[in-house]
Amino acid sequence: MNKFTALYADMIKTWEGHSAQYLNGVVSTLSLAFVATVIGCIIGLVCGILQTIPYSKKDNPFKKAVLWLIRIIIRIYVEVFRGTPMVLQAMFVYFAIPYFTNNTVRLDVIPTAYLVVSINTGAYMAETVRGGILSIDPGQTEGAKAIGMNHLQTMLYVILPQTIKNIIPQIGNNFIINIKDTSVMFIIGYTELFAAHKAIVGAKYVYFPSSVITMILYLALTVIASIILRWWEDLMDGPDNFDVATTDTLALTSGTYNYRGDKKKKKREKQQIDANTEREEKNE
Amino acid sequence: MSEVILQVNHLSKSFGKNEVLKDIDFSVKKGDVTSIIGSSGSGKSTLLRCVNLLETPTSGEIIYRGQNIETLKGGQSEYRSHVGMVFQSFNLFANMSVLKNCVIGQTKVLGKTKDEAQAEAMKFLEKVGMAPYINAKPHQLSGGQKQRVAIARALAMNPDVLLFDEPTSALDPEMVGEVLSVMQDLAAEGMTMLVVTHEMAFAKDVSNRVIYMNKGVICEDGTPEQIFGNPQKQETKDFLARFRSLSE
Repeated sequence: MNKFTALYADMIKTWEGHSAQYLNGVVSTLSLAFVATVIGCIIGLVCGILQTIPYSKKDNPFKKAVLWLIRIIIRIYVEVFRGTPMVLQAMFVYFAIPYFTNNTVRLDVIPTAYLVVSINTGAYMAETVRGGILSIDPGQTEGAKAIGMNHLQTMLYVILPQTIKNIIPQIGNNFIINIKDTSVMFIIGYTELFAAHKAIVGAKYVYFPSSVITMILYLALTVIASIILRWWEDLMDGPDNFDVATTDTLALTSGTYNYRGDKKKKKREKQQIDANTEREEKNE
Repeated sequence: MSEVILQVNHLSKSFGKNEVLKDIDFSVKKGDVTSIIGSSGSGKSTLLRCVNLLETPTSGEIIYRGQNIETLKGGQSEYRSHVGMVFQSFNLFANMSVLKNCVIGQTKVLGKTKDEAQAEAMKFLEKVGMAPYINAKPHQLSGGQKQRVAIARALAMNPDVLLFDEPTSALDPEMVGEVLSVMQDLAAEGMTMLVVTHEMAFAKDVSNRVIYMNKGVICEDGTPEQIFGNPQKQETKDFLARFRSLSE
């Protein structure tokens, strides 16, 4: 048992000595994961739009060739960045430019880290978005085409809003994976949480206490992230009820439609009843 | 002599080796309410979808107000914005409210301002009796309500001709009436309509022209009196007889 108290004491001591370093690590981990997930999603959405441009046999050969080329390029991009370890991609990007320019040009560590994680996430998101688009009822596309929308308008106003709602869980997956996997960026010297842990361990030889602290911090980040994502999902679902906009009192009886248990409405009704009984009691 | 809005010449459509439409010719004049009837698989819906280019015809041409639609400036989208379509499965935009469904096309395709578009949308939503529900999402509505919103959405684009693809086939029996009465009002106001339907009463009483399709060709084409009262072809007689025996 006293091993645990010793561990606790060590952890407190390590935290007190290095809290700024840990928190800096948390900030750079979170900002890298967040920005890369957002950029990755944008890459995924753009790939999704490009990949689903329809063409028919009657279209001119130039258009067909361009569309074919776009699909091939996206395909290669996805396969390469999904099929190689991110830690290697980081080194690849970081050392490629100096190699070809005889060390005269060099991309800084931070831009490299953002670039690599973004395009890596983008490769996964491209497939997620494609799947999301395919999952939307073709009738939605037909409805949009039937009122004269072109492909871009159909995608922007009708298909992608529905796709995004459906793929939020997957976006959340990617965000959480990124929070953890950005730790491989220490390879090019990006100082995020894991790098902070390594530095502290190297200086103080507190291997286990620092591991526990870092574990707790990562877990806190990911749990908070999942809670926020759930909340976002609920927000995207919109309100359960709608208000009947009318001056016609007859429509009120037939119009309101409750969808799922609406807690707020029940609360309102309860308050109303309470208020009524109160009034009645006063009258008496 | 009223103006010809749509002219379909030698239209054919094959899915692989299966030839669904064979050399179809017909035209739609302004103010015509044309019902297309026929048994399942006769190509009625495919014909309508080809007219709106949701299916690409294998061959043939479609002339819209004297112009081949392949040479129209704005391309397919421009053409489709003049030809409204109401689907069997409604196809309302699931991510938008009823009002937004009727506004989005006007603002994004026709380039109207939001206020103009909303006023126009309200006009048609009132016409179909759905004005109280402007804040509802499609999944909160019944089938008949959805279809009425879909009609308002199509009308809000101010189309020259409105295509209906079995608009009542996915509805519960008690909801068929509300949709048909909206369509009847439209017909009375002179809207040009092309209706694929299994509602023989509608074809007989509301439309002024009936096309009977069988096995991918137009088998018989005439006024409701001619088709229902005095059909010339044996196929038409057989088809109508099946309906009579059911209804009696």
